[in-house]
This record gives sequence, C-alpha cells and structure tokens, in this order.
Amino acid sequence: MATFNLNINGETKEIDVDPSTPMLWVLRDHIKLVGTKYGCGIAQCGACTIHLGDNAVRSCQLPVSAVGEQEITTIEGLSENGDHPVQKAWLEIDVPQCGYCQAGQIMTASALLKRNPHPSDTEIETAMNGNICRCGTYTRIKKAVKTAAES
Amino acid sequence: MASIKTKIGRRAFIKNTSLASGGLVLGFSFLNSCKPKQVAEMAVQEMPKEWFEINGYLKIGDNGLVTILSPNPEIGQNVRTSMPMIVADELEIDWKDVLVEQAPLNTDLYSWQVAGGSRSISSSWQSLRMAGATARQMLKEAAAKAWQVPVGEISAVAGKLTHEVSGNSAGYGDMASAASQIAVPEEVDLKERSEFSIIGTSRKNVDGRKIVTGQPLFGLDVQREGMLIATLAHPPAFGMQLKSFDADSAKQMPGIKDVFSLKIYDDDFKRSAFHHTAFNEVIVVLGESTWQVMQAKKALKVEWENAPEVSVGMSMFGNEMKVNFPAGLENSTNHRLKMEELNARKGKVVRKDGNPEAAFKNASKVIERSYSAPFLAHNTMEPMNFFANVTDDHAELLGPTQTPEWMEPAIAERLGLPIEKVDIMMTRQGGGFGRRLYGHFMVEVAAISQKVKAPVKLVYSREDDMSQGIYRPSYYATYRAALDADNNLTALHVKTGGIPESPLFANRFPAGALDNYLAEDWTIESNITTGAFRAPRSNFIAGAEQSFLDEVAEAAGKDPIELRLELLKRAQENPVGERNDYDAARYAGVLELVKEKSNWESGNQGMNRGVSAYFCHDSYVAQVLDIAMEKDKPVVQKVTTAIDCGIVINPDAATNLAEGGVVDGIGHAMYSAITFKDGAPEQKNFDKYRLIRHSEAPKSIETHFVQNDIDPTGLGEPPFPPIMGALANALYKATGQRHYHQPFITEKQVLG
Repeated sequence: MATFNLNINGETKEIDVDPSTPMLWVLRDHIKLVGTKYGCGIAQCGACTIHLGDNAVRSCQLPVSAVGEQEITTIEGLSENGDHPVQKAWLEIDVPQCGYCQAGQIMTASALLKRNPHPSDTEIETAMNGNICRCGTYTRIKKAVKTAAES
Repeated sequence: MASIKTKIGRRAFIKNTSLASGGLVLGFSFLNSCKPKQVAEMAVQEMPKEWFEINGYLKIGDNGLVTILSPNPEIGQNVRTSMPMIVADELEIDWKDVLVEQAPLNTDLYSWQVAGGSRSISSSWQSLRMAGATARQMLKEAAAKAWQVPVGEISAVAGKLTHEVSGNSAGYGDMASAASQIAVPEEVDLKERSEFSIIGTSRKNVDGRKIVTGQPLFGLDVQREGMLIATLAHPPAFGMQLKSFDADSAKQMPGIKDVFSLKIYDDDFKRSAFHHTAFNEVIVVLGESTWQVMQAKKALKVEWENAPEVSVGMSMFGNEMKVNFPAGLENSTNHRLKMEELNARKGKVVRKDGNPEAAFKNASKVIERSYSAPFLAHNTMEPMNFFANVTDDHAELLGPTQTPEWMEPAIAERLGLPIEKVDIMMTRQGGGFGRRLYGHFMVEVAAISQKVKAPVKLVYSREDDMSQGIYRPSYYATYRAALDADNNLTALHVKTGGIPESPLFANRFPAGALDNYLAEDWTIESNITTGAFRAPRSNFIAGAEQSFLDEVAEAAGKDPIELRLELLKRAQENPVGERNDYDAARYAGVLELVKEKSNWESGNQGMNRGVSAYFCHDSYVAQVLDIAMEKDKPVVQKVTTAIDCGIVINPDAATNLAEGGVVDGIGHAMYSAITFKDGAPEQKNFDKYRLIRHSEAPKSIETHFVQNDIDPTGLGEPPFPPIMGALANALYKATGQRHYHQPFITEKQVLG
C-alpha cells in the first residue's frame, strides 16, 4: 500500500492503495466516482475512458502509480453542470439506449474535438473505433459528435 | 372515449397501506440521490411537501408534480420513459411535471415485471392506461365534490381541473389529497387514439442527463456502508466441476476477507427455465475492493475434475421435465460434424402440407442450401453483478435483472426465508439481450451475503461473464426448393436443428403460402448452457430463410420483393393449412413500405441491395440494405427499415431501438462467435470476441413505422433477425459470393 495525492476533476484526493491498482478501480471503489465504467479490463471496449491531461486514456490500464501530477478528468468533471457541448449534443440526439458505454464514448469524443474541432466522418470513426456500444448507437454517436463540433 | 372496466389488474388500484409513499421514497434513496438537481433541471418548482398516493403507479404532490412508477426492468429498450408516458397521457398531465421512479418488484401491484419477449409495452398497455385514467377520474370526482357540481361537467387538461359553468378551477396538486380518499371507480373512460397528446410524440430518455454526467444508475454502481465485494471462480470448461482448492495465499492478500466454495442450488431444487447455471459449485473470493478480489482470484490454486452426466429436474412454463447435461469436454469441430450428420438424417416432422416428395420428384429445378450459426455470448457491456444484504429475517436485493419475479422464489428457497421477506429492486441495466433473464447471480450473492452476514456486491469480470455459459445456441439448417418448368415455387422443405434446441418455427411464413411444404427438426444435447438471446431462434432462422428466398427468386428470375409478395398474396387469399401464425396482409404491408421508402423500383442507385422481411414477437419488419464497394471492401452505406408494431409510443426512441437492432444484427452475423476446445470457450474477452465497431456500422439508417391503430406489439427484438438476411443478400450482389455460415468474416473480408 502507498499514499497518492491525485488531481481529479480539479480537486486533490489522497488515497492509500496498492500502487498497481488501475485508476478505474481507484475512481470507482475508493473515490466513489462511478461514472467511469468497467467493461473489459483489457483496454478493448473503451467504457473506462478518462482524460489524463488532454488525452483520452483507458483507466483500466493506467496504474495509480503512473499518474503523478497529471490532471485527471472523469465524466463527472467534464463540465460543471453537464453542459459540455458533447454532453448537450448527446442529449439533443438522445443517443443512449442502455447508456452504460456512453460515459466512455463522451470522454473519447470530447478529447477528439479538443485536438480536432472539425473532424471528418472517417476521423470520427477512427477515433471512436475503440469504444464498443453493444446496443448499436453508433450512427447517433457520430451525429452527436458532428452536432457538438458545429456548436 | 371508450369506457373500460377497471377490473383487470384491479389489485393495483386498491390502496395498499404497507406501501405508503414515504416507505417507497426511502427504498429509492440510492437511485434518487441527486433528485433535487434533476427536478431543477426539469424546470419544475420545488419538491412537494407531501405526496398523495393515488394508486400503485402514481402519486401526486401538493404542488401538482406527479411521480410515475415505471414497473419494468430497463435494459436499454427505454421503458423507463415510454411506460410512464402512457400513464401520463391518460392522466392528462404535462410531461414536464412528471418525475419517474423505478418501481420495486411487487407482484401484487404489477403484472409481467419482465424484460423479455418484447412484451413490456404490449402486456402493460391496458393497465398503464387504466392507472392514468383512474387517477384522472378520481381527481375529477374530488373536484366535483369540492365544488358541488356534476362530475361529468369537469374537464381535466394538462394537470388542471376546470368547471366552466361555475368558473372553478384547480391544479391536480390542490385536489390530490381529496382524490386519494375517493373510492376507486368501477369503470373509467380511456382516451381515443386521436386524443393522445403524449403517446406518439418523441420524448427524451428520462435518465439522459444522469447518463451523460456519469451519475450512479447501474447495478455495478451500487455503494453501501460496510459493503464487501465478491467475485467467483468457476470451472474453466463446460463438463468440469470443482475438485479441491487451496486458498492459503489468496487469503493472505491485502483486503481479502474470506475464500470459500458455494453451492448455488440444492440438488433437489426444482429449477425453472430461468434458473439455468452451468456451474453449480463455485469458489467465492470476498474482499474490500474489486481490484483486490480480482487479484486474489488469480492466486487461487484450484483442482478441477471432469463432471459426470447430470440430469436436472426443470419446470419449463408449467411442463415438468428432465434436462440432460451429458459428460465430456466438447469441441466446435465435433459440433459442426454432429450437426451435419443429424441434418443428413430424417428429422422429426413438425409440419407437412400437400405432397412435397412428389413436388420435388417432378421439379424441373431443385435448389438446396445449408446455413449455420455459432454460439454467441450476450456480452452486455455491464457484466453480471448484483447487490444483496441478507439478515436473519430479511433479504434486500438490488441490481440488474430482467426477471425479478421469476428469481424471487429461488432466492427465498435458497435462503430459507418466506417469499414476502425477499425484496428485489431493479437498477438501470447496462444491456440485457436475454442474458439477465437467467438470474443465478442473484441467488449467488444472496447466499454469500447470508453466509458472511454482510452487505455484498457480486461482480463478474468480463472473462467470468463470457465463459460462464447461457449462450445463444448453435444452429444448422438446410433449405430445399422445387421449381417447375415455369419457375413457379412448387415446394419448400426446411430441415433444421441445433445444440441444444431447434430454431424451427414451422407455422411461420412461407408455411401457408405453398401447397407443398415440409418442416423437420432435431436437437443435440450438450453440457454447454444456452439461453434466450435477442429474438431467440428467429435470430438464426430468419437470416437463413431470407437468404434462401433470395436464391429462389434469382433462380426463378423474379424480383426478390415480388416473389415474397406473390407468396404472401397466396397466403392471404387462399392460405394452406390452419395453423399459420402470421398476418399475411401486415407482412406484405412492411414489404410494400420498404419498397417505397428505399426507392426499390427506381433501380439500385449504384448500390448493391439486399432485402429481407420477418415476423416475430407479433411485429413485422422489412429491411433493405445497401452496400457500396470501397477499395474492394464492402461498406454498408444505408439500411432502410419498415416496421409494423402497432401504435408507437415514443417514435424517436423506437427509431433508436430499431437502429440498434440493425447494427446488432449486422455485427453478430458478420463478426461474433464463441468456439470451444476441450469444453473451454476460446473467446473470453473482446480481444478475441469481435463485436461490431463504429467504422463497421451502416453510414445511415432510416426507419419507417406503419401507421395504424393496432395495440402495440413487440419492438426490442423484431428488427434484429431479418437484417442478417438483407446483409447476406447485399453482400452477394456486391461480391458475387453467397454467405451461408456465420460469422461471415470467416468466409469473406471485413466490412468498413
């Protein structure tokens, strides 16, 4: 066990866990931020996507010991009032079916738009290809990403 | 308005003092943790000071806010929005003044609290309407009493009661207290379809904001004071069982509380169809956090052994039977050989019309094709999990289940508690697809909590989830068609079966449209457990049948839609046999609609087009799928879907569900399979198990609903099966190659 001071959603959190613990479980079990989802544990589904700095990363493969001073943003911290353009677009298009994968989709999409504010369809598909939606909302996700890009 | 006796489901309208509103709200504290914010966002004033329970489906606040309880499990089919919409429409309340809560399992108040058979809406259509209409009538009666005027002169519109003659008016909140004291009316008026103001209009998902902001909603999100986490180790292969284990080193690991073996059902427990489990004895690893128990599980030293043949007593929808699970470690290659062997023999004749043998003998052309599909894992994105807190005299369960009602007796029996001491509450569920119909994980977590006397959340890893069984069965089918010299289809023969069930629907189209028809089937036993998977059996046979009809049309030199319409015309005008279980006119209706909407007759528009149509869950779906070749790779450009599912409650959400069915069907036909080597599944996570991804989805999907006044029928399942046929038929046009064996990726290049 070791103590870590983490910068999560603009707040400092002190936690005492095994250094190998993935950020996914630190967030979910220790900090009680459960918006970041467990789907596969091997970085194949994207449900656990968070931002490390400006980059979308799979938190199931990110040991807490590797985070250091870097800022972590989770779905809960993406915006203060749930009004990030991507969140608003998701509501406008009414994307979710079961909704379980959508936090990960939104975190991937918002990181994409930050580095590429006007992605082409192909760029959207490429960026989003690591996020599985078992319900099959892909066409709506693409529409929502484009809507967010236009706003 | 149509008058309707409130007798059906009347228990729901008798006030139940044990279910006072305060108690309900307490029971919901976890899911409602951010209620004030949600209310603010809905632009509704303050929360009411007091709620008045009108009936089991709704309560009205003193400020006019209405809480509607959504009775059924929400697995992504959007019933948490559409079911309350039905109540709200009949109640005559503005949708913005509605809050939605999940109802707990309560078999006294609600019927069919099941997410299965695409029946949530159709089975509750009347009772939901009655709940709203009854409350509206009680509010009117309360106002009539207060104003001393005839009740028939009072109107109720958008949460407001008005008596025009006297000039009296009041909000629902003002009359809620008095209305809750009014006797339940014997008869109420239901609205005519033309009077609907919410039903048939698109309303956003009531959980949308919570989903996009990551609020706790799902079973895996449950947190409780003092809660422990459990995970399970099950045998690595079907046909194996636990022999012994050494947990010494696992127990020494940080955070681990205990490791023990657990028997799920007693040997003499009479299982129902939904109590399926492949592994009745497992090892439980219990600890403080999910990561800790997952790590400790890896440190277990377990010896597994081959299991003997087991025969389990099962009650399948009232039929008592023994289900046999043979001994041995099975292999996919043997499965295929066995299926081919069985299919080459005479099967069990399920339906025979006319003289198919003679028709084949006299045919000028015979077409014969075989199709197969592998086992599939449901792979809900949220793996199996459940929470339980079992004390000496009470069990509380909370989590994702499609069948709370059917699991409750098994849980009560396992715990030795009376059934009324078992309370089950549903969370929002990260997908269902049939997997959560089988709630062995609820029995497991309840038994664990009882043993360790603590609140416990059971969590399956993805690998546990994918290797545990309850798969979609593997199927095989051979179709034969006889054509005469004029290219008329004179006979059809289908022989099909699977491991362990047959996918045959002998009385569905094209039965009834042909003078000579023969349907046979067979089954093969297996120790690999299977279960219902979105549109069970239809999810294979539709694609096979609709691919075959495409080849028949080609051989006969006919347009594939015209061939189907000709057969359906025959089935309408002069049906063969008595037991045809489809409506040929509605079937033809969706084909006509898809023909129009896809501009079928204006040519292929540069696309390679495939068509398909199917009937299941009382609904009719036709689809046209367009493929373009891009750099020699087939890409699905567009899918046009036509659906007849009666009245559509929430059109945009229904469209979303239909789009999902299309993507899901293309994905499973194209990419997914569970295969076995020595009893062990060879795919245990998404590195080996392929699900469809963004770039492989259609570039656009268009959905059209037939407009009619028929009471709602199924929607979650029907758009899924036929698309597999449309895909195969379009791929043939695009590549010149027919696809018979799923997943198609093993036969041909990837999409996208």
